[in-house]
Amino acid sequence: MRKKPVSAVSKVGRFSFPRKAFAFPYMLFLLVFIIVPLVMVLINAFIDDATGRLTLRNFVTFFSDSTGLRVLGNSLVIGLLTTGICLLLGYPAAYLLSRHHASNRILVLLFILPMWVNFLIRTLSTKAIFLALGVELGMGTVIFGMVYNYLPFMILPLHTTLSDIDHAYTEAASDLGADGVQTFLRTTLPLSVPGIVSGITMVFIPTISTFAISELLSNRQIFLFGDSIQTKFSQGLYGVGSVMSLVMLAFVLLSSAVLNRLNRDDPKGGSLL
Amino acid sequence: MKPSKLFGNLYLAVILTLLYLPIAVIVVYSFSGNSNFSFSQGFTLEAYRSIFTSKQTPQLLAALKNTLIIAAVSSVFATALGTFSAVGIHALSRRAKNAVMGVNQLPLINSEIVMAVSLMIFFVNASFIPEGMTRLILSHISFCTPYVVLSVMPKLVQMDPNLYEAAADLGANRFRTMSDVILPCIFPGVVSGFVMAFTISLDDFIITQINKGETGIETLSTYIYEDARLKSLQPFWFAVFSIIFVVVLAVLLLINLRRTKPISSPAIH
Repeated sequence: MRKKPVSAVSKVGRFSFPRKAFAFPYMLFLLVFIIVPLVMVLINAFIDDATGRLTLRNFVTFFSDSTGLRVLGNSLVIGLLTTGICLLLGYPAAYLLSRHHASNRILVLLFILPMWVNFLIRTLSTKAIFLALGVELGMGTVIFGMVYNYLPFMILPLHTTLSDIDHAYTEAASDLGADGVQTFLRTTLPLSVPGIVSGITMVFIPTISTFAISELLSNRQIFLFGDSIQTKFSQGLYGVGSVMSLVMLAFVLLSSAVLNRLNRDDPKGGSLL
Repeated sequence: MKPSKLFGNLYLAVILTLLYLPIAVIVVYSFSGNSNFSFSQGFTLEAYRSIFTSKQTPQLLAALKNTLIIAAVSSVFATALGTFSAVGIHALSRRAKNAVMGVNQLPLINSEIVMAVSLMIFFVNASFIPEGMTRLILSHISFCTPYVVLSVMPKLVQMDPNLYEAAADLGANRFRTMSDVILPCIFPGVVSGFVMAFTISLDDFIITQINKGETGIETLSTYIYEDARLKSLQPFWFAVFSIIFVVVLAVLLLINLRRTKPISSPAIH
């Protein structure tokens, strides 16, 4: 790479400073509004709400509380089911879209568009329809609502990856005698793994951590992890709430680590870990 | 048409129906004037009229106003901050750049609830920041700016680095270079960053809900939540949802159609 003659340039202007200085205000902003708040969550997890002293009690409280753990377990189950259904429904759709010719852009856009309609509006609409149809609200309706809300988030990354796959690979496979199924299983599917992982992350993390959707679609029977984090904070239980946020953060960082590993060759990604 | 192709199109049609049916049903019944999904009163615009005549009209309009103020102010700040910093980040050393982009990525990958409560704890400790609008706008700037940075960055990468030197050789200082050389080159990225920031701010619920505090400020989404959480959906919500849905649909289709250069066939199929 060519060296940029920064020093030579900076002598020219009257207000001379290196170009990278344009980044400094934002670096400060990121520090104050992103990093410091997260560090405060970390610190709060070790602080007793009542006494303000350092303690590990919040961790003990959370990990020994069967209700809290059940909520986490519930969230994981609902998250896995939602993600699985989204993948099963979304993969064929993304695959078909990636080889669709007629006015492809608009067709793809139609699949992505619902993402931009506020999720509360979509959820409340679904709920009103379920109620009108006399469907009993519960686990089934919650999963339906989640799939309905997050399916576009699965289709989008899958479609991006699938359309980027060079046709030469599949052609080569069939030239070498693979039939349609073999070609798909041995070339297309493995090449689309980054899209699959990205889709899984984009569905799984929001599903377990969102709040309001399951509350609304189960008539306040099923609470997910995001709901209970919110509840803890609204009750002023910052300590336990922070521990739960850290658990959530661990899921996020884990999935982004997996993603980064898979996308290592991707030049546009800034790695986090 | 081959049977497999027909089957494929059928599948896509089924999925699209699933994605649009609930909203479509709401749009249809927004013309029924009631909320029990029947046209017992026939076709009427009563629900739309009630947006302006209901007891809740003042609250609804206040929520709409807050939503727009927050979205406008935070997306303008986010765009300015994001654009300038993208130019700066682009000039950073590789390692520093990776570090800043990593942190920049955090609000995108992090779960919204964690972002929301971390900001809440932050504001509890930084109590000198006035509750209400100021806090909400700061929160919105913090999750909107990363999107601006991400949409400006590729344009900077595409830019010819010789242009900076040319500008400097011709005597332009940093700000002059920025306004006369860099900005015009990256403008499409800036615009799409702004649109992105504005939309994301409009759409936000979780971070706003948790950081709005006790000041009684509601945005559209928090007001929808407060109002529709416990009761069944009022008819005027059918109308409001329909309007929002149609506006979102129209705006996004328009933006995307304009981006496709030759609009040869306006038909969808």
